[in-house]
Amino acid sequence: MDTFLRLILLQDANTRVVLLGAALLGMTSGVIGSFAVLRRRALLGDALAHAALPGICTAYFVVGDKSFTAFLIGALIFGTLGVLCVSFVRTHTRIKEDAAIGIVLSSFFGLGIVLSRIIQNQPAGNRAGLDTYIYGKAALMVNQDVALIALVAGVILIVVALLFKEFSLLCFDRDFAAAQGWPAMWLDILLMALLCVCTVIGLPAVGVVLMAALLIIPAAAARFWTERLSLMVALAGLIGLLSGLIGTAASAMAAHFAAGPPVVLAAAGFFMFSMLFAPRRGALADWWRRRKLRQRIAMQNVLRALYEIGEAAGAFERPASFDQILSSRAWTAPALTECLERAVRAGLIRGRDDRYVLTDAGRREAMRVVRAHRLWEIFLVEQAAIAPDHVDRDADQIEHVLPPELLARLEERLRQEGRLPAPVPQSPHPVGEVAP
Amino acid sequence: MNNWSIGPIDAWIIATAICCNVACGLLGCFLVLRRMSLLGDAVSHAILPGLVIAFMLSNSRAMGPMLIGAMLVGLFTAFMIEALQRWGKVPEDASMGVVFTSLFALGVVLITRYAANVDLDPGCVLYGLIEFVPLDRISLLGHEIPRATVTLGFVLVVVVFLIAAFYKELTIVSFDPYLATTMGINAALVHYALMAAVAAATVAAFEAVGSILVVAMLIAPGATAHLLTDRLSRMLWIAAGVAVVSAVVGYMLAAHPRLNTSVAGMMSVVAGAQFALAVFFAPRHGYVSKLLHQVALSLRIAAEDILGMLYRWEEARRDAPLTRDQIVAAMAGGLTPRLALLRLLRGGHIESAVGAAVRLTESGRARAGSLVRTHRLWESYLAQHLGLPLDHVHEPAQRMEHFVTPRITEQLDAQLGAAQDPHGKEIPPAP
Repeated sequence: MDTFLRLILLQDANTRVVLLGAALLGMTSGVIGSFAVLRRRALLGDALAHAALPGICTAYFVVGDKSFTAFLIGALIFGTLGVLCVSFVRTHTRIKEDAAIGIVLSSFFGLGIVLSRIIQNQPAGNRAGLDTYIYGKAALMVNQDVALIALVAGVILIVVALLFKEFSLLCFDRDFAAAQGWPAMWLDILLMALLCVCTVIGLPAVGVVLMAALLIIPAAAARFWTERLSLMVALAGLIGLLSGLIGTAASAMAAHFAAGPPVVLAAAGFFMFSMLFAPRRGALADWWRRRKLRQRIAMQNVLRALYEIGEAAGAFERPASFDQILSSRAWTAPALTECLERAVRAGLIRGRDDRYVLTDAGRREAMRVVRAHRLWEIFLVEQAAIAPDHVDRDADQIEHVLPPELLARLEERLRQEGRLPAPVPQSPHPVGEVAP
Repeated sequence: MNNWSIGPIDAWIIATAICCNVACGLLGCFLVLRRMSLLGDAVSHAILPGLVIAFMLSNSRAMGPMLIGAMLVGLFTAFMIEALQRWGKVPEDASMGVVFTSLFALGVVLITRYAANVDLDPGCVLYGLIEFVPLDRISLLGHEIPRATVTLGFVLVVVVFLIAAFYKELTIVSFDPYLATTMGINAALVHYALMAAVAAATVAAFEAVGSILVVAMLIAPGATAHLLTDRLSRMLWIAAGVAVVSAVVGYMLAAHPRLNTSVAGMMSVVAGAQFALAVFFAPRHGYVSKLLHQVALSLRIAAEDILGMLYRWEEARRDAPLTRDQIVAAMAGGLTPRLALLRLLRGGHIESAVGAAVRLTESGRARAGSLVRTHRLWESYLAQHLGLPLDHVHEPAQRMEHFVTPRITEQLDAQLGAAQDPHGKEIPPAP
């Protein structure tokens, strides 16, 4: 509890520094990751991060000390080398990008493990500095490290802000960008370079194994909330920032905890929340929309069934029995009961003793539905040359979503041919049969 | 070299590694062919929480519960990746990234939180502890055999049996999923069965070599073999060979006293190195052979262009003979025309005349004649049948003359029956 209080009150200067660093990292990765995800480069970040490990070990061999800057430079060199290998294999052989990523990722990482074990075996070897790069240990960052991270993050954010329009064009339509005379190739390379730099500065906090998650997950989560790139980038930055803060704080509370996994789990939490609850693209919203649509379609089908029964009998005022409605269409009794109840509640149908009749409002709505159905049927028979005994089913699927302008045009055409104004046109096939 | 010997301990480690690598490598061939390599990567990372939960529930490191846990999570991963794609409209690569990193992170947290006091540690998850395999032995048929060797040997046998039993189905699904569907093979079932097999092989290999080597062994042997052959049966054999070489060479290098380093790491490096060799030196699909092929083609085209040039020069009855420098200059200079000239001289198609001049020999003239014949027939065809204007027919004919087969040339001749090309030049007779 004491640690927790110290943590949230930011009493330690060191904690403040570490949290600042993690937040900056999360934000920058979220921003760059948005472009990487949209450009379908998401997993290249994974290869890049894994490939950086031998670079860190090599830097240790060369400099012989735990120098943050040297590690980052080594990581950058090997990470870039890994990306170049992937792109060479992709362009010059029949091996696809996914296999190339897998091979580069694993063999570079294997090399990293080999080198780190050799360092560990050396008499003066101290692999504590290296191990932190595998799963991340944000708590070991010091002032200068965070200053460097802040500098790099600032540069990346400024470049993204300046070239925002160019990058968005590149992500959505590279060929169009190239055709418009933008230097698409150079923009692509610049974006890759920013991705490399961002991945590398993220390694101390999140580690090579999970760095890709910090690029991908905030961006994928932000995508659920908006269709606008600027908003998505800002949101991804925010989600990354919060994930960095929460994860690092969690890892700081337990001494032996690596920072990478909690950060990634925090980001995954944001992702789950977004996927479920985002207002337009979220799973719940989607489910609700589908349910609404299903209900509307069922209601319209009931209205049309009642209308056609009344039409066949020549009297709309005569109530139809439940069984009569049930046999007019292939639906189940419980579904029909539920739908009839809703129609009664909506004031479209009056029902008593299992006998139902359209109200005035119901008849108006039913006429509209039947009109749409029959106009579309006539169109299918006359323009699309579909046999009259097939049109009922085809029209059934589309009548509920026909836009009013299209109906107006169909109507206009019939009026010119003198077949209207009947409020509801004749059906092109006998009415009253059970639809398939 | 003298202290680089192989004792029984090393033999057990190598045998274990061979079983593991070959099992993964064989399955990996299908992953590579079906472009699912990264799904293998994802599954091998994502099974971690399954392992830990199975470990916590059964409170032992027995193979059974772990295998079941890992296979369930493996299938769950494959399913989640598809679900995110379909219902969340997340792009495929991003949905993979989201699913497997989250599950892996969950696994690491679970290990650190609940299983830190036992043998599972986060580092060993990545690169395994194959060095300690021989210490944990069980008795089998009166022999003391390392437990991991038995498990991995069993997995290898099952994998080989499954591939042999469903060879036809796997082949068709790998190369043509639509054909497979029309033939009544359930492609989705094969997909999930493959995923389950990958998860099972991965978990068996996990303890020995860790998730990173599993990824290397799932992808590198298959991809290397894919560069070396076009036949699936041969591809499987080559992949097995690559896997064995990685095991043996990787272990020998790692165990060398001067290095004394991670065996699993070294094996992945050796697998990657073999892939790199194949990328450059594979006979048909390698970079070098493609490069050589391109050089040979451009040399042949240059040589044929020189022959055509000399033929037309003779035909126009210019007084001064054509010198080498003039030819090279006419072909925009560079190394290629010079080399082509040398080759023609050496092949006896042209010979040196006075000074630096060259002229056609008898055999060169015959070959040049047939080239010019093809060129002019093609020009006539373009002008007559495609209605191209006269100033547009030369360039396509210049490109096509190198590739038109004699049969097509004679068909053109039979159809056109022309003695002159559209520019009024004579079409040389058939040799």
